[in-house]
Amino acid sequence: MANIEAAREPCAMANSLEFDLSKDSLRDLNLFLHRDAHRSGVTEVVVNHPDGAHSIACGMNSPTNIQIHGHVGYYVAGMNKHASVTVHGNAGPGAAENMMSGRVHIRGFASTAAGASAHGGLLVIDGDASLRCGISLKGGDIVVGGSVGSFSAFMAQAGRIVICGDAEDALGDSLYEAVIYVRGEVRSLGADARFEPMTDADRKVVAQLLALAGMSFDPAEFKRVASAKSLYHWHADADQEY
Amino acid sequence: MSTPHLEESAGFDRQTIDYIQRASASGLYEIRGLGAKRRVPNFDDLLFLAASLSRYPLEGYRERCSTKTVLGTRFASRPIELAIPITIAGMSFGALSARVKEALGRAATEVGTSTTTGDGGMTSEERDSSKTLVYQCLPSRYGFNPDDVRRADAIEIVIGQGAKPGGGGMLLGQKVNPRVARMRTLPEGVDQRSASRHPDWTGPDDLVIKIKELREITDWEKPIYVKVGATRVFNDVKLAVHAGADVIVVDGMQGGTAATQTVFIEHVGIPTLAALRQAVDALEDLNMRGTVQLVISGGIRSGADVAKALAMGADAVAIGQGVLFSLGCNSDTYISGGEHRSAVEDYARIGAAPGFCHHCHTGKCPVGVTTQDPVLELRLEPAVGAKRLKNYLKTLNMEMTTIARACGKQDVHHLEREDLVALTVEAAAMARLPLAGTSWIPGS
Ligand SMILES: Cc1cc2nc3c(=O)[nH]c(=O)nc-3n(C[C@H](O)[C@H](O)[C@H](O)COP(=O)(O)O)c2cc1C
Ligand code: SF4
Repeated sequence: MANIEAAREPCAMANSLEFDLSKDSLRDLNLFLHRDAHRSGVTEVVVNHPDGAHSIACGMNSPTNIQIHGHVGYYVAGMNKHASVTVHGNAGPGAAENMMSGRVHIRGFASTAAGASAHGGLLVIDGDASLRCGISLKGGDIVVGGSVGSFSAFMAQAGRIVICGDAEDALGDSLYEAVIYVRGEVRSLGADARFEPMTDADRKVVAQLLALAGMSFDPAEFKRVASAKSLYHWHADADQEY
Repeated sequence: MSTPHLEESAGFDRQTIDYIQRASASGLYEIRGLGAKRRVPNFDDLLFLAASLSRYPLEGYRERCSTKTVLGTRFASRPIELAIPITIAGMSFGALSARVKEALGRAATEVGTSTTTGDGGMTSEERDSSKTLVYQCLPSRYGFNPDDVRRADAIEIVIGQGAKPGGGGMLLGQKVNPRVARMRTLPEGVDQRSASRHPDWTGPDDLVIKIKELREITDWEKPIYVKVGATRVFNDVKLAVHAGADVIVVDGMQGGTAATQTVFIEHVGIPTLAALRQAVDALEDLNMRGTVQLVISGGIRSGADVAKALAMGADAVAIGQGVLFSLGCNSDTYISGGEHRSAVEDYARIGAAPGFCHHCHTGKCPVGVTTQDPVLELRLEPAVGAKRLKNYLKTLNMEMTTIARACGKQDVHHLEREDLVALTVEAAAMARLPLAGTSWIPGS
């Protein structure tokens, strides 16, 4: 840690600190974020040259603002609590997986399983998200500026997903209580997912989430997808071949 | 009148006919609890060769025989230290009541071992009562959260269970009460089926990265276990080692469950005996024995089973069903206010009888073990349960050390394959041990 301290440059802002992952190790970065960032009064951490590293800023537990300049690998901001993490680039699989609170913003594209199992917080993806976006979602909100891949919102239990582009196959398969809003085409719905009429309350939710994400689409253009709840209980006549 | 000629079919016996008729009436497969009921080769099919002239025994009641067990020495800065190599397997809150969770924690803490959460998150009852608590990371991720990751002593990534390798969890609606529903973020009363694949990783190469993420989150302090249901164990153990596991848990086909399709319980996976040998072979092949610890589970009942598992190369065992039985599962009475009270009528009400019950899935456990019912759960008093379980674990430990001493070992971890022979050809082949009285190991 000592040599890292020496190598790291304070940023122009007094309470901002920079890590350069071409020189500093991921371990030192995450250890600083977990143990010292909040205590030392640093409110912004800038990460340069992430070069696709995995698990950057995972396990955050303080309201630190983290700006990552470049592409990141798997699990950026995994299990995030309180922090605000922005990736000025693309993200690998599992971005913001199991997020509890805070905000994660991917300025580029996100790979598979973005926001998987997130319990809270807001995940914004400016570009497209790949397969299984919002899989197993448990209460978080996701706004995707582009399109999402197949099996997005698979078994999503709670929370909301706003998709400004299109959705590939099997959207919302085996959904529980999460709600999906899609602006574009849905190639196919998954088992037990169905279109439902948009209400004023839905349009309000979409407008709010778009505003939080900094996107300006017309909420009236969105369709609502939710669970038909026919798989909630076993009975012989339910189609078990889903 | 001549005596009727009654001949039961071997293929279509009464049980099979009953199965077909039930399927025809309901249109649904049977779901039940506990483990496989069929007989498969198991630890009963092995015997110890104790000391005699060629080996020197320890004084059974005087000389020390260590049972200390350390798990997670590979990468974690805080490995798990246990007083005995017998641990409590992961059983979900939801399947078990919070009172049972508390009883498990209290007993485990008193004997110096660990307990494990399950598919449904960590309860305060189990965290508060368990000195050492392993926190499961399951495909469903129900209730999984970073605060509990930080409160845990180790993390166990569950790939599968012996009772249902390749299958997800199940909790029928009658057990999804308000607290269970809240912890799992599910609607109350829903027949819950959990995922069988993790949401954020797919193959073994991804698992390498997932494990690293959990290490980063826990600042490399906590051991990471990987649990697999016993199928292609040799390959799975190698892949888990490659993925960076500190500890590998292998759960054989006899392993218990709270609710799974019978067809799964009886027809998928391989016996614990065969699985254990494959797992040890894989670790030896990689020269990883002692570096990566092996926990075996599935049908462990007695101190003899534990001793045999250790002799074959396990570092520890995990117990599920044995724990339930210890708490009173399948007993005709439950203990309330210090008195034994009959539960026989309650068994009958759910179509069971003491000794035959496997109805954990119904949530109407007559002895208050696998239930969320506010009345039935009172039948298990945490202090009583903890005392019984502590006695059971102590007994297993005493039996195990009795055998270890007779084999001349000052440490139960010194038991070795050379101390064992097999009683049947099947067991000899699966465990790759010589048939008793011969030097013949089938296949070698
Ligand atoms: C009531 C019950 C609930 C269980 N719940 C879980 C669970 O949530 N997660 C898990 O990995 N295994 C679960 N198991 C399996 C155990 O962790 C363990 O693998 C198995 O019980 C070992 O075999 P044994 O029961 O024969 O000792 C459960 C088992 C039982 C009996
Ligand atoms: S007695 Fe209770 S724990 Fe035991 S099998 Fe029956 S329902 Fe399950």
